[in-house]
Amino acid sequence: MSLDIRYPIGWMFSLFGVILVLFGLFGDKQIYARSLGININFDAGVGLLVFGLVMLLLAWRGSAKLKAGSHTATKA
Amino acid sequence: MNLTAIDWVIMFLYFAFVLGIGIFLKRFMKTSTDFFLAGRSLPAWVCGIAFMAANLGAVEVIGMGASGAKYGIATSHFYWIGAIPAMVFVGLFMMPFYYGSRARSVPEFLRLRFDEKTRAFNAISFAVMTIFSSGISMYAMAKLIQILHILDLPVAKMGLPVSWSFHLSIFISALIVLGYVFLGGLTSAIYNEVLQFFLIVAGFLPLVLIGLKDVGGWSGLKTRLPETFTHSWLGMTNPHNNPLGVEWFGLVMGLGFTLSFGYWCTNFLVVQRAMAAGSMTDARRTPLIAAVPKMFFPALVILPGMIALALPSQHQAVTVNGVVQMQSVSEDGKGLIPVKIDVATGKPALDRDGKPVLDYDLAIPNLLLHYFPTGILGLGLTALLASFMSGMAGNVTAFNTVWTYDIYQSYIHKGASDKHYLHMGQFATIFGVLFSIAAAYAANRFNNLMDFLQLVFAFVNAPLFATFLLGMFWKRTTGHGAFAGLLSGTAVAALHHGLTLPQGDSIGIKGGWIAVLHNYPSEMAQNFWTAIWAFVVCFVVTVAISLVTKPRDEKELVGLVYSLTKKPSEEHLTWYQRPAFLGVVVLVLALVLNVIFR
Repeated sequence: MSLDIRYPIGWMFSLFGVILVLFGLFGDKQIYARSLGININFDAGVGLLVFGLVMLLLAWRGSAKLKAGSHTATKA
Repeated sequence: MNLTAIDWVIMFLYFAFVLGIGIFLKRFMKTSTDFFLAGRSLPAWVCGIAFMAANLGAVEVIGMGASGAKYGIATSHFYWIGAIPAMVFVGLFMMPFYYGSRARSVPEFLRLRFDEKTRAFNAISFAVMTIFSSGISMYAMAKLIQILHILDLPVAKMGLPVSWSFHLSIFISALIVLGYVFLGGLTSAIYNEVLQFFLIVAGFLPLVLIGLKDVGGWSGLKTRLPETFTHSWLGMTNPHNNPLGVEWFGLVMGLGFTLSFGYWCTNFLVVQRAMAAGSMTDARRTPLIAAVPKMFFPALVILPGMIALALPSQHQAVTVNGVVQMQSVSEDGKGLIPVKIDVATGKPALDRDGKPVLDYDLAIPNLLLHYFPTGILGLGLTALLASFMSGMAGNVTAFNTVWTYDIYQSYIHKGASDKHYLHMGQFATIFGVLFSIAAAYAANRFNNLMDFLQLVFAFVNAPLFATFLLGMFWKRTTGHGAFAGLLSGTAVAALHHGLTLPQGDSIGIKGGWIAVLHNYPSEMAQNFWTAIWAFVVCFVVTVAISLVTKPRDEKELVGLVYSLTKKPSEEHLTWYQRPAFLGVVVLVLALVLNVIFR
């Protein structure tokens, strides 16, 4: 199929990550009383961002490989 | 504190991605194979995650959290005993026939192997079952949204009465699922299941981590809960000594063998995900890959239930009009788990001994509201919604395939063009969703009707695995034998249920409606033994009738029966890439988990 699912996963999680990191940095800090004083938005946001970027990286590598593969195939 | 804009942004972004995937895939839906079987072209890891996530619906997430709070770590038997061995079996031994026969559905396989009537019986009961399952999933979601008051504020802003949050949840979820399945077919459903899987992990992992930190880790949890709650095999020699109320034999044979193999090996909802794989090796790897996240999922769904029970707090967080408030749970609640409120009277529901009944289904939602501030709360709630939708979409895609190939093409309109069946599939998606909505409202109106239907489905499913086992591994099995076996197995399941009753239950939907010959220590024990009886009777009857009916020509059974089929070639794979090796690794891991949490 011509859609690599890693792209949408990567984009969505990176986006969620950025939103939560920014909110964790600049948002109201009092809300973290319920989460044991941990800035859980920032922490989880970093995790999501890293996961999203890894997915995007894998997808880019995958499509680069595919292109290289089809290139050599046409040559041959 | 409000369910603020940021929570809504996350939720809407998720919906946008889900529909976006459907819209993007629309252009690739050219043949019925694209729509129903994802063109048989997906990579193994995608199919594997979908194989697991299609089953990750409302029942799984909410139900397993509830069971975690009710029974403790013993709930993980539903994974380590009740799923992993069956997933390994379907991958290694059954997938060669499902994928290799080029059958497009499980009922179609039954027609190839047996005959038309066996297929019709399976196709029709399965189609009805999927509609009701997706309806129940939708109903459970709408009910949860109502109880947590998630949509109260938007509904109030639209000037509608609060009760409309129920209708709105059903309408929106149905529309989204319809949208992406209609546009992108099975590919779209599978892709979204993968997305949903990661989202569920992303939403629940922080919850578990923070909860564990609060109770002092696993060792802290151990000191706060009764011993049987943190040991899965403790007291299993006697049903009265463990929270499940089952003894090890009933557990291993009932859950581990008949129920679990019956589900994972014959249910088209999951098997369809493996059929979408690009090659035989990938199809066989699909359930094995699925088994890896599956065996660690208890940490994400069962543990929160246990944490919710262990917390000392007598308070629960409730959102009223979008504002989260801490409300005191009545004295009788345990941890974060409140007493169930009887809808009719508005008073706490009581069991037969006059003790209040706890609403275990709220274990996970209450834990989310307890720890999560706005921001990640949006992510957690979106994860919850995602799980409901993935359960629904799984049923809808299985329904439209079985309807189109096994009912419409077989009995209503044969020999039309492929385009015709593609359109029928899209059309079936629409009325499948409409029927599901009707089922959701029926569940809301007649609670007993749903219990009754689920019981009937349990009877129909109980003997299925015996039929497949004999069909695939004994070439002498005949169509008449299989059909008679299925009918008698179903009848025996009903009979067994009518003659036995779990302790403490009253006669009726719980059993004993013919006469009470035997009392089981728990409903679970009764369930497991119903399945065992159905399996044994189906097995014996199938063998007996097969021996007196005319066997099929062996030439017709090539590719359908083990002894007549060439083993899939794996010469080109190095040893660690072979499905058998992966299967052994998975089984060893599951064994290790059982030993650690024994």
